[in-house]
Amino acid sequence: MPEVRELEWLRESKPSERMLGYPQAICEALDQALALDPRVFVMGQGVDDPGGMFGTTKGLHNTHGAARCFDTPLAEASMTGVAIGAALGGMRPVYMHNRSDFLFLTLDQLVNHASKWHYMFAGAVSVPIVVWACIGRGWGSGAQHSQALQGTMMQYPGLKVVMPSTAYDAKGLMLAAIADNNPVLILEHRHNFKYKGAVPEKVYTVPIGKGVVRRAGSDVTIAGISNMVNEALLAAKDLAAIGIDAEVVDLRSLRPLDETLVLESLRKTGRLVVTDSGWKTGGVAAEVAAIAAEKGLEFLKAPVRRVTCPDVPTPSGYTLEQAFYAAKDDIIEAVRTIVPPRR
Amino acid sequence: MNIPRETLLSLYHDMLRTRRVEESIESLYHEDQMKTPIHLYIGQEAIAAGVCAHLRDDDPIFTTYRSHGQYLSKGGDLNSMIAELHCKETGCSKGRGGSMHLIDLSAGHYGSSAIVGGCLPIATGMAFAKKAQGSDAVTVTFFGDGATEEGIFYESVNYAMLKKLPVVFVLENNEWAVCSHVSTRKIGENLFHGADPEHLYTAKVDGNAVLDVYEEAGRAFAHARSGKGPAFLECMTYRIRGHAGSGSDADLGYRSPEDIEVWAKRCPIRSFRAWLLREEVETPIELERMDAQIETEIENAFAFATASPLPKGEDLLLHIYGE
Repeated sequence: MPEVRELEWLRESKPSERMLGYPQAICEALDQALALDPRVFVMGQGVDDPGGMFGTTKGLHNTHGAARCFDTPLAEASMTGVAIGAALGGMRPVYMHNRSDFLFLTLDQLVNHASKWHYMFAGAVSVPIVVWACIGRGWGSGAQHSQALQGTMMQYPGLKVVMPSTAYDAKGLMLAAIADNNPVLILEHRHNFKYKGAVPEKVYTVPIGKGVVRRAGSDVTIAGISNMVNEALLAAKDLAAIGIDAEVVDLRSLRPLDETLVLESLRKTGRLVVTDSGWKTGGVAAEVAAIAAEKGLEFLKAPVRRVTCPDVPTPSGYTLEQAFYAAKDDIIEAVRTIVPPRR
Repeated sequence: MNIPRETLLSLYHDMLRTRRVEESIESLYHEDQMKTPIHLYIGQEAIAAGVCAHLRDDDPIFTTYRSHGQYLSKGGDLNSMIAELHCKETGCSKGRGGSMHLIDLSAGHYGSSAIVGGCLPIATGMAFAKKAQGSDAVTVTFFGDGATEEGIFYESVNYAMLKKLPVVFVLENNEWAVCSHVSTRKIGENLFHGADPEHLYTAKVDGNAVLDVYEEAGRAFAHARSGKGPAFLECMTYRIRGHAGSGSDADLGYRSPEDIEVWAKRCPIRSFRAWLLREEVETPIELERMDAQIETEIENAFAFATASPLPKGEDLLLHIYGE
């Protein structure tokens, strides 16, 4: 994948600050957590491969030893349970999956157990595990290697779900997830991995449950997640050229979801487009649209629009793939159906 | 085997106490004050007693929805358990868990799952943590014959063997998964066959003979505690009651009432009591005194539960996330 400089408006720091690749930012977070906290360990199929899971775990087994960064059997269900048990025993496991599709094999342990152990026993125990999974995209990855599962995964009380969009957040949210006393699922989109961004060398966290305004605007709110925030920012740039001033909200966390930020933005702009890399039905966009309908109806000057992937499994062929993935132009089109022409 | 008198009496006490507690639950269940599914352990008490007798407070255990016996034998608090069955705020899970989700960390009982086989990998992970921390604690997980049909059973035992983890898998083979007999679900006499003895210590024992369980469990724990890796103990027993609820289900017709009779006669408590008297370990009068003490303890536990407050509806959203 060609490396691209992170979009100018995504930069979180001054140009003089260090630029780091997106996967390297994740790797740095894991490296720092392993160095600072003896309870932390990293496991997953291929975390000690030469490539180190797209670079996110590269070399950690050499730096921190094979006991703290290790490969696992092809047993996603039980290894999730092993992480839960280790967490109950006082450790801080990070379980990495290079394809989010394999999360389905873990659901009994992740949903029936990890997400409920704290509640079922009225807070007597906590399950501080981090599950990290990467959504694939392109090169014919197809129906079983490029599913965006956030709509499914955001539904479970007891499980936190975050989706970073910048290298800065990828590092900060990983460190926040490891520090959190609950099970946290980090869903990454492989599309983000080509970016570089300003990432401080210091240890820092990004709060789970807080979104952020990436671009201030007055005509329409575009709320998005992960790689769709980049598409939204590209769309906003083009929209500015035709006189439409879009505000871009990066949700960052799906559970807890920063409703306040969405509603504040909606109050200002009166129009909402929600964009997500998942499916339309019962997904992230549907949830945010429901919040707008339920709590922000008085602000709405036009119907809410959802820009998502259509309700079809991911195709492998590249012409079909092109038709499948939502992008900048789909967002622009959606905005133009609800914002009157300015010039 | 030379077992101290104190241990012999403790084994008897644990079995008897579990039995009396469950009989009390059963006799009061129709009053509908315990609004939670119950899965009775009647007839299987020797397994929990014989296994838990070897455990320290810092040896963690994980159990299933049928866990009254393991919870009590491990030292779980009786008042908290009975209050939990009444879904009270003073219950071990503050009314959020009910009969299927018991916990008592002070006794090393880390919770029970209502998903068949659900705790197998979690116990394995706890053993992973204990080993990584340099502790010599042994983790135990109890499960039924049905759990050996789940894929996660194979995955968990494989990982425990691979990493030589100090975990003891205690299979309570009571022959029945709801109304399905084990012979319709699995082939062969041994529910875990094919493991290389070099990687997994295995033993099969009469689960209704408490001294046999105690002795075999002792070997399994010695193996696991000495760092040689996991152990697997298959305890042969029989579920006297139905899958859930109170009373006999002999009239349902899915199993033979004669089978239930045969196993009821093999009661682990009655036979051990006769042995204790025959061997003059204890006098009849002292055993009756023990019985009376247990009755009082149970009466107090039900009184505690009855007098305890229920959780408030306004507290519905508590305990979803930890701080």
